Amino acid sequence: MLGIALLVFREVLEAALIVTVVAAATRGVPRRAVFVGGGIALGVAGAVIVALCMGFIEGSLGGIGQEVFEAAVLLAAVVMIGWHVTWMSSHGKEMVQHMQRVTDAVKAGSSSIAILLAVVALAVLREGSEIVLFLFGMAAGGAGKSGFLAGVPLGLAGGVAVGFALYFGLLRIPLRHFFTVTNWMLVVLAAGLAATAAGFLIQANLLPALGSQLWDSSWLLKNSSIVGQAVHILTGYEARPAGMQLVFWIATFALLAAGMRLMAWRMRVQRNRSQPASTTGLSPNAAAATHGA
Amino acid sequence: MHTWLPKILLTGVLAVAAVAAHAASMPQFRLVLKDQRFQPATLKVPAKTKFKLLVTNDNTVPSEFESTDFNREKIVLPNSTITVFIGPLAKGTYKFYDDFHQSTKGTLVAE
Repeated sequence: MLGIALLVFREVLEAALIVTVVAAATRGVPRRAVFVGGGIALGVAGAVIVALCMGFIEGSLGGIGQEVFEAAVLLAAVVMIGWHVTWMSSHGKEMVQHMQRVTDAVKAGSSSIAILLAVVALAVLREGSEIVLFLFGMAAGGAGKSGFLAGVPLGLAGGVAVGFALYFGLLRIPLRHFFTVTNWMLVVLAAGLAATAAGFLIQANLLPALGSQLWDSSWLLKNSSIVGQAVHILTGYEARPAGMQLVFWIATFALLAAGMRLMAWRMRVQRNRSQPASTTGLSPNAAAATHGA
Repeated sequence: MHTWLPKILLTGVLAVAAVAAHAASMPQFRLVLKDQRFQPATLKVPAKTKFKLLVTNDNTVPSEFESTDFNREKIVLPNSTITVFIGPLAKGTYKFYDDFHQSTKGTLVAE
């Protein structure tokens, strides 16, 4: 039972941490719960399908299908997070200013929210498919019913609880800094996912490792420990990273940070140009309405 | 229309072929998962050399071949064989395990 609980906990924890950061980053967005819940539901359905098709995935592409699939899922999530953070840099300030009354900017952002739904779905799909295969094996291997009935809910509850703890911890951040923090968390998360994707491509021999172990910090924090695993998900931490993983991490971080800066700068320029409109007595809402039309 | 397109495709094909040729000349090792044990439990591999490891699952349930020591993870379905590329590793011992059955462990010795 404990073995089942522990594996379910570790996989749920990974997905829960990503879902938590996404949920925090979309704070104040209307119907957010529907999007996050929908993403989780889609992810669970996807996980079952992936688990059922694992034989096909593995057999395709001459035996490296699993790695290519994992890398594709991870990199898709990176692209989606990148899209979201650059969009947020152009609209985030308004979201804070008009948190109480929902502005057009937020409504226009629902496309970005839909993209984050996909990020949630991909995270759940990736970790969920492992749980499904593991439980299938446990069931076929004759694990007792009591093991499942106790182990699965216990692991699930544990993982979700850590996610909620992080969420309420993040809510303590003052509102004016809130989206800055969650956006940078998303950038670091995306950089980590890209580095993990690079790891799979190295494993498949599609990319050179550029040094298979750049350093060894396992004496400080092991990837096999729960804390190491949580830090790995949130930042991409590897105790023994390959050189190529570091290249992917830095490139993703630099690209997204530059994208955020560029969008924020363009937004400032636009706002300065539209300054005269607000002095003619138009309320911000009316200005937004004309802009929308 | 795009004269560069065939060139890029050709380069890509050649690159893949080069990688494949390189993979074919790589040293190759084999592990078998049977009765929830790795056979052999200790595998000797050359240090500072990239190698190809085949892991066969002879059990009736899925396993996940994993190592945080050399950073690899891959699901191995029952009655099937996976390929993972590992290294080049520095001299030393590296642990690996079946993530779905944590008591199933083995050691890689690079020398």
